[in-house]
Amino acid sequence: MNYFFNKNGPLISTYLIIAISFWLVFLIIIPQLYMFDLSFRPNIPPLLRGGPDDVYTLTHYKHFLFGSETSGESYNYVDVGVFKDTILIAVLITLINLCFCYPIAFYIAKVASPNTARLLIVSLIIPFWINELLRSFALRILFAGEGFINNVLLKLGLIDNGINFIAMDVALYTGLNYAYILLMIFPLYNAMETLDKNQLEAAEDLGSSMLKTHFRIVIPHAKAGIASGCTMVFMLTAGALATPVVLSSPNTFWFTQLIYQWFNMNDNWPRGAAYSVVLLSVSVVFVLLMMKIFKVKIGEIVR
Amino acid sequence: MSADVELQNVSVSFGNFYAAKNVSVKIEKGEFFSFLGPSGCGKTTLLRAISGFSEPSDGKILIGNQDMAGIGPNKRPTSLIFQNLALFPLMSVADNIAFSLEVRGTGKLQRRKRADELLELVALSGQGDKKVHELSGGQRQRVAIARALAIEPEVLLLDEPLSALDLKLRQKMRIELREIQKRVGITFIYITHDQGEALTMSDRIAVMNQGELEQIGSCHNVYESPCTPFVATFVGENNAFYGTVSAVDGDMVNVSADGNNFSAKAGDLGEGKKYTFKKNDKVIMFVRPESIFLKDQNNQADNVFTADFKAIEFEGNLKNIYMSINGKQNVRCSVSNAVDTTVLSNSKNVELKFSSRDAVVLPVGPLAVD
Repeated sequence: MNYFFNKNGPLISTYLIIAISFWLVFLIIIPQLYMFDLSFRPNIPPLLRGGPDDVYTLTHYKHFLFGSETSGESYNYVDVGVFKDTILIAVLITLINLCFCYPIAFYIAKVASPNTARLLIVSLIIPFWINELLRSFALRILFAGEGFINNVLLKLGLIDNGINFIAMDVALYTGLNYAYILLMIFPLYNAMETLDKNQLEAAEDLGSSMLKTHFRIVIPHAKAGIASGCTMVFMLTAGALATPVVLSSPNTFWFTQLIYQWFNMNDNWPRGAAYSVVLLSVSVVFVLLMMKIFKVKIGEIVR
Repeated sequence: MSADVELQNVSVSFGNFYAAKNVSVKIEKGEFFSFLGPSGCGKTTLLRAISGFSEPSDGKILIGNQDMAGIGPNKRPTSLIFQNLALFPLMSVADNIAFSLEVRGTGKLQRRKRADELLELVALSGQGDKKVHELSGGQRQRVAIARALAIEPEVLLLDEPLSALDLKLRQKMRIELREIQKRVGITFIYITHDQGEALTMSDRIAVMNQGELEQIGSCHNVYESPCTPFVATFVGENNAFYGTVSAVDGDMVNVSADGNNFSAKAGDLGEGKKYTFKKNDKVIMFVRPESIFLKDQNNQADNVFTADFKAIEFEGNLKNIYMSINGKQNVRCSVSNAVDTTVLSNSKNVELKFSSRDAVVLPVGPLAVD
């Protein structure tokens, strides 16, 4: 602490401590604790809060698992099903994202000349100046029944009738994949960038094929970046709202849409809070799992 | 197995810039051959062309009489040791060494056996399970050599691998490298800017400057009979006396420089031929500092001259005496530490001498930049 003050001077030190504490306490810890607390409270009118009916209850978690008490089902297959699908698809999208971004990141970090690399990075970033919602709508237009892609395929005679990309959720998966590629590419790029090019040449000189060099040299070197990119993409995909709202088929529900409904349409904040806590817990488990799989520490992930 | 390496008119260009120009040399089987030159002279470019990481823009590279055009580095019978060694930091020492076997699908036990053999060859027995960062600089060096030898290359290419070591270790590794080379008996091609390394280890040396070969020869040949002023000044130290030819008598040339008249032998042109000079040719006469003696030293010398004392420098085993003739021509003379030089300080007209056999006359040309 003393060292920190001496190094930065009293003014900057105080500012840093206040700013970071404010951010941590007021913007993260207190809202999350409030949400956590709320998830265990009954949904009662504001007037009754703090009254005798305001007791801790597991009713919202029970509802998530088993549905309303009047339903005859053994478990809440609608909500649990949506949750399961959301998580599985988010995992899948994370994997596809990794496979898709890995070559790009490697190309920018180790193959391209500095000028080409800069150009590529800029052309990756610029589309993201456009709001996520607008990008989703743009994809919806592309994938629509009378949209660009269908028109091109019809013109080329590859298909006879328009494909309903929206109903097949192709549009949704494409949108979700595209929405967070930067968060995969940049951690990968950062990690690969520090790899000594001589290592790649040494491996090649020793007779290693491209594929083996990647598995033995590049991936072990970049594993912190891979873990970092995967956790971020997974969390943001599982927690995405705008893209699913715009691009999902009428039959597909993203778990965040359920949370949104509890908060906004059904006016049941405690239940929404309970559903959020469930999503957050799984996301945290996913991070821990990635750390375990890639044998990295939390410090390496955030680097 | 060992192979010879032949470069036939090899040029490597990047755009308009020629990193190597028309280089032809035949490196014999089992030879320790060094490319010596200042940084940026194109020696690393040549090495990369031999190893297959770049293709020559002109000319041919033959290894064991086989044209290497279009053959990638992983398919050539060469193995490269990188300047920074490029060991794999996340693997154990044994895994590093056996990497080439691993990627060829050799079984685990056999890999370990081979790694242990190679560790023994480089005097690192029992260190296989360590991580690379746990080794010292010299040990890492040896791991890099072992890893390169694991593929049983016919030619080992070394890109200044000793440059990161401190002096003592470098001297020790020179001897070890030479010994390893003799033991495995394969061709070593060594790149260095350090003439000491080149002279102590090599069978033959090629001196390079600005992408071109200046001279190829044995260590003695390059040191004692430089073909160009660049070689004369890049390899070892040299005094350059600018002058004109006053008389020619066979291989002996009389040079007048700054009022002195010296006698010296005509320089070698290479391939057993000597330069021929005419009267009034502009020339440079080179005399090594260790070939110039003080007058009362007991050495044979037929050239005698005087110079003004400027400074003396103590280097441990010897002393460098800096002098000048008429304030223009600098002369440096190196004498053993045992020689008494106390009388020299502040004296004008120090009497010096050297033998005409130790002086080489070459046409005027660029010197190595100091």
